[in-house]
Amino acid sequence: MMEIGRVVQEARGIKSFFFKNYINCKPGQFVMVWLPGVDEKPMAVSYWKKNEFAFTSSAIGNFTKALNMLKKGDKVGIRGPYGNSFSLKQNACVVGGGVGMASVSALIDALKNPVVINGARSKEHLIYRKRYKNKNMIVTTDDGSYGRKGFTTAALDEVLLKNKTIRIVYVCGPEIMIKNVLEICNKHRIECEASLERYMSCGFGICGKCMINDRILCIDGPIFNSRQISKLSEFGKFARLKSGKKVTIKEYHSVNA
Amino acid sequence: MLQTKLCNIKLKNPTILASGILGVTKESIGRIGKSGAGAVTLKSLCHEERLGNANPAMFSDDGAFLNAVGLPGQGIDSAVKEFQRLDNLSVPVIGSIYGYRIKQFGIVAKKMASLKPSMIEVDISCPHLDYGKPYYADTQLTAEVTKVVKKNAGRIPVSIKLSPNVYDIKEIAHAAEKAGADAITAINTATAMAIDVDARKPVLANKIGGLSGPALKPIALRCVYEIYETVKIPIIGTGGVTYGKDALEMIMAGSTCVGIGSGIYYRGIGIFKKVCDEMEAWMRKNKVKSLKEIRGCAHD
Repeated sequence: MMEIGRVVQEARGIKSFFFKNYINCKPGQFVMVWLPGVDEKPMAVSYWKKNEFAFTSSAIGNFTKALNMLKKGDKVGIRGPYGNSFSLKQNACVVGGGVGMASVSALIDALKNPVVINGARSKEHLIYRKRYKNKNMIVTTDDGSYGRKGFTTAALDEVLLKNKTIRIVYVCGPEIMIKNVLEICNKHRIECEASLERYMSCGFGICGKCMINDRILCIDGPIFNSRQISKLSEFGKFARLKSGKKVTIKEYHSVNA
Repeated sequence: MLQTKLCNIKLKNPTILASGILGVTKESIGRIGKSGAGAVTLKSLCHEERLGNANPAMFSDDGAFLNAVGLPGQGIDSAVKEFQRLDNLSVPVIGSIYGYRIKQFGIVAKKMASLKPSMIEVDISCPHLDYGKPYYADTQLTAEVTKVVKKNAGRIPVSIKLSPNVYDIKEIAHAAEKAGADAITAINTATAMAIDVDARKPVLANKIGGLSGPALKPIALRCVYEIYETVKIPIIGTGGVTYGKDALEMIMAGSTCVGIGSGIYYRGIGIFKKVCDEMEAWMRKNKVKSLKEIRGCAHD
């Protein structure tokens, strides 16, 4: 188990937990976080330095609510990192929706001057505003309470129209947003890599709970490129519940929330 | 060289994906088939949808692999809708089933049989599920389950999956054979535990789980060896098979096929082809032309 070094409040209900430990990690990978007696869940590594890393958690379900009560000095179980990683190509535009930003933030830190599009429902849900104040960042909020009013996708379309040097788009966020981002990338004929999410249990490719078509999300992903995603008929449509039952994405989110 | 006949099923090689690992979706069956498995066993299904146990449900520590997933599954009715049929896939499929009551074993078997799998495997031996009755540990109960599944399976061969957590596995295997089982799958996991010293608590949410991985192999070998001396029906030797050498040991102990499960954790999905290549290399070196020549050779 690892001791929490510090906790940073990122937005309403969203906290980052820092650990003074070294993990051998690449941008896009995740760790399995264990709270004894509660649950174990995957969390993207959102900050990664030589001797410190963090993940960022939004209090939504039982597990994340219990997690976000923890303080400096508390211990949690950490195993991993697991999963594949982003390709780290330069001249990139990185799009994050909501707490999906946490899955692309280690990538943003690893790239040279990427264009960042950071979207949230409203100002109070926006994360990493100060962290990336020196970056080329466009902020969008659904309600216009901060930055541009509207979705990340509109901002991306505009960026790709204006900035012809961009060679790749990296994205994480709600699946519907990823789907729309992929369509925009296809329209502009620009490569895209997305970090996807499915219910996960083991994290190392054994239990089969996170299958999306024939892909095992925890080891074949969570990062997939446009070509790979185009072969996934379940993407944007279906996901599997904890029992393995295949349901619509809408039902999946209503059960998991 | 590795072609194997299990009951009436022709397999290109004796490696079979063990139940509980991956085999949840139709597409994963195809992928594991392509990766070289001789047959694929589905994750066990029962009469209802089950969420399984809380996480952590799996744990690995060198040669020991523990799980207490608690038989999550979409349930047989939902699976029948999703799979539609199992006889037109690239690889023979074994449908694994269970129930809580004898009657439920029969109902699930009948529905599974409608999908036309190559074989039905009966999971009476999950170490972290309370079935209500100890089907795995009582000759009478094992026989009753076997009979009801046989009655509902039609012509599809039935294998009973046994537990090592019993006083005498021979008498259970004998009871299954006498009740009409066409094969024995040996073994399920052994009850086990892992404790985290920092948390000062068991790692698995269910506290107790089942041991698999390399640490289970010597126990599995002993069980297969004992069962081979007791019954005439074929055995699917399962437990800790990770390398070609392990598979050969199983066959020498008397198994017809070898199940591979947690081995995927150690060697990836490519493990089936790797194990087959390693078996063939040993066979060529030792001038063994077919597995028949060495099956059961460890016995006097």
